[in-house]
Amino acid sequence: MNRAVSEAAPGRAELPGDAELPSSAALPDQLPSHLADAVSDESHLRRFLHGLPGVDPVGVEGRAAALATRSIKKASKLAAIDLAISMVDLTTLEGADTPGKVRSLAAKARRPDPDVPETPMVAAVCVYPDMVGTAVPALAGTGIGIASVATAFPSGRSSLAVKLADTRYAIEAGATEVDMVIDRGAFLAGNYGLVFDQIAAVRAECDRLGSGTRLKVILETGELATYDNVRRASWLALLAGGDFIKTSTGKISPAATLPVTHVMLQAVHDWHVQTGELRAVKPAGGIRNTKDAIRYLVAVHEVAGPQWLDPFLFRFGASSLLNDLVMQRRAQTQGHYSGPDYVTVD
Amino acid sequence: MAKKTSGFEWEYAPAPESAAIGKLKERYLPFIGGKFVEGNGEEIKTINPATEQPLAVVSTVSTDDVDTAVTAARTAYDTVWSKMPGSERGKYLFRIARGIAERARELAVVETLDNGKPIKESRDVDVPTASAHFFYHAGWADKLQHAGFGPDPKPLGVAGQVIPWNFPLLMAAWKIAPALAAGNTVVIKSAETTPLSILVLAEIIADAGVPPGVVNILTGAGDIGKALVNHPGIDKVAFTGSTDVGRQIQSSLAGTGRKVTLELGGKAANIVFDDAPIDQAVEGIVNGIFFNQGHVCCAGSRLLVQESVAEEVLEKLRTRIGTLRIGDPMDKNTDVGAINSGEQLSKIRELTAVGDAEGAQRWTSPCPVPDRGFFFPPTIFSGVSQAMRIAREEIFGPVLSVLTFRTPDEAVAKANNTPYGLSAGVWTEKGSRILGMAQSLRAGVVWANTFNRFDPTAAFGGYKESGFGREGGRSGLGAYLDTDDVAEGF
Repeated sequence: MNRAVSEAAPGRAELPGDAELPSSAALPDQLPSHLADAVSDESHLRRFLHGLPGVDPVGVEGRAAALATRSIKKASKLAAIDLAISMVDLTTLEGADTPGKVRSLAAKARRPDPDVPETPMVAAVCVYPDMVGTAVPALAGTGIGIASVATAFPSGRSSLAVKLADTRYAIEAGATEVDMVIDRGAFLAGNYGLVFDQIAAVRAECDRLGSGTRLKVILETGELATYDNVRRASWLALLAGGDFIKTSTGKISPAATLPVTHVMLQAVHDWHVQTGELRAVKPAGGIRNTKDAIRYLVAVHEVAGPQWLDPFLFRFGASSLLNDLVMQRRAQTQGHYSGPDYVTVD
Repeated sequence: MAKKTSGFEWEYAPAPESAAIGKLKERYLPFIGGKFVEGNGEEIKTINPATEQPLAVVSTVSTDDVDTAVTAARTAYDTVWSKMPGSERGKYLFRIARGIAERARELAVVETLDNGKPIKESRDVDVPTASAHFFYHAGWADKLQHAGFGPDPKPLGVAGQVIPWNFPLLMAAWKIAPALAAGNTVVIKSAETTPLSILVLAEIIADAGVPPGVVNILTGAGDIGKALVNHPGIDKVAFTGSTDVGRQIQSSLAGTGRKVTLELGGKAANIVFDDAPIDQAVEGIVNGIFFNQGHVCCAGSRLLVQESVAEEVLEKLRTRIGTLRIGDPMDKNTDVGAINSGEQLSKIRELTAVGDAEGAQRWTSPCPVPDRGFFFPPTIFSGVSQAMRIAREEIFGPVLSVLTFRTPDEAVAKANNTPYGLSAGVWTEKGSRILGMAQSLRAGVVWANTFNRFDPTAAFGGYKESGFGREGGRSGLGAYLDTDDVAEGF
């Protein structure tokens, strides 16, 4: 792993004692010894990731399908809808994004259903770095997070310097959350140290520039292809200091799927068992309706655990999902369905 | 990352399936000679094990009625069914398969009310698999000459069949479908505590226009089963149930030359190696022993886990079992339903008390248990040794015995060290180990990285005291044809 990276990341106390530790800036305060060993050098990291138990695809898909048959009705459905709304990272990531589009998205984030003001606000809006400056005044004083993709999103194919500059640009413009992408090429080539160092470097940049900037690490599971890879990438991102592990950019198909999210929820559950820390998960892309969202919440509830039912620890990266949630919320509270023309298009 | 969260509590609201969908009648009659007729035995009341409330009155048969049914089956065999071309028999089977699918929701409700299993299992497993068995065997009916049993394999005649209470509809399908496809006629007796779903199946069979006498369905207790399997008019006996009764059947039929297949008890080992996909293995362990409240002859009731991962697996297992929802079987979110009868519940209590007395450590799921009805919470015994009764006897309930091993040889030795040999599970990501274990395990079914999978195309059956003969697949078909192939069981 790259010593230069950790030296380029001032602002955090170095771990005492071990001069061999690279990227120490990224390490959580106290990792249990077996996890601290795992990040001591590249060969340890590789051994650790390859020593994780495999994931049986038939089994995990079967479990995901079985949990998807849970029947959530009445009060539990309304509670789920409100929770899901409060977990949405309302997203626009288009080349055609304009300040006007972002302002209307921000308005929607503040009041998802203008006719029903008690509808909860969303968790965050998610935009490209150059749109952060537009979003900040539009959301001032609401508590809604401003997430920005960064690090040469969506492909991640650029130099570390560019990725760090991208991160800096977003944070300096006012982003409170950074959604970075990992270098999938490096991961698939087995170059785990490089992936680790880049996450750690972005983590360090977040910590240097803003207090409490939360880092979401996008694994782009559609390109990792196997559940074994998803599990390894999840642990890699957790070890490197990601606050969130996030499935997808939304630019690759398949984006988020239930079984992939199961694997990632299991990872944060296991991370909590081993370290006592609560880390978060964000499926993104492809979750379009309330039924799907509730299936994800059931998975959060039963795979990770009830304490993950919180916008701090689980998010949906979505755009059209919010309207369906709003429509279903009205159906639950008013006893009948309205229609798509009764909610705002953006 | 230290921020603590809101403590949101999410209770799933009850989501009960409507009992009205089951269209339960006040009174059910046995089905003999194509008609629903009053039996000459005593009436029984069948109850809902989840509430202990009566569901319906069922007329049971006498031994004279057994005679009548066997005669009806013989007549149907001689005059209609054995002479009918296979392609025509197949049409009836297809019709029954479709009839089950069309009345799937009703059948699922009836099964859950009468048996106590969760509606999600009767809906997603029992009923669709029952239908699949008829579909699968319908396809065989006109292809018997291509099944590898010679150029023109013949049916055996009248089959006498006795089925258990754990999968009332599915076991009926396992028994009836291959028998009819091969050209036999059937007299089948349902279990005493679960007669309803098979009598709905009788309506489907009648609606399909199956000629009278081809399928006869009897109700009653063990004495009727005994009269049926010993009836001189029977050419073939198929029994699924306890090893004790299986033994009696075998000794009473010895020397009669009658073909027998027995599918009896089990004490399956679910073997988890340290290179297993641990999270899915945990799922498989849960599915292996808590599916259908553990009322499964092939249940993975002995967990053999490699010592190096035993603690990790057990911790994950306890966490997972803690999420199982036990309660009203009609609720779509219930994972573990009711024990089928008070008698079975006492047996489970008795054997678990023995586990305590023998020094095993009991762990019980913290999930709340309903105060009415027959329920037993998911239970794990750890620190179990081969010598304990809970490691040797079939408990037939939601109780898992955990043993450990150090090497593959030890795993095989412990897994095989049982009078039973119905099924086993192997969890490892190493393909060669799966194949090696499958060869070494003395069990009729070996699942690799899964458990409790049932498919009509796959042969199912046991070794040793788990019985002999196979059901399902080509070999299951052979059990209803006049061929020596059956004796080998493959």
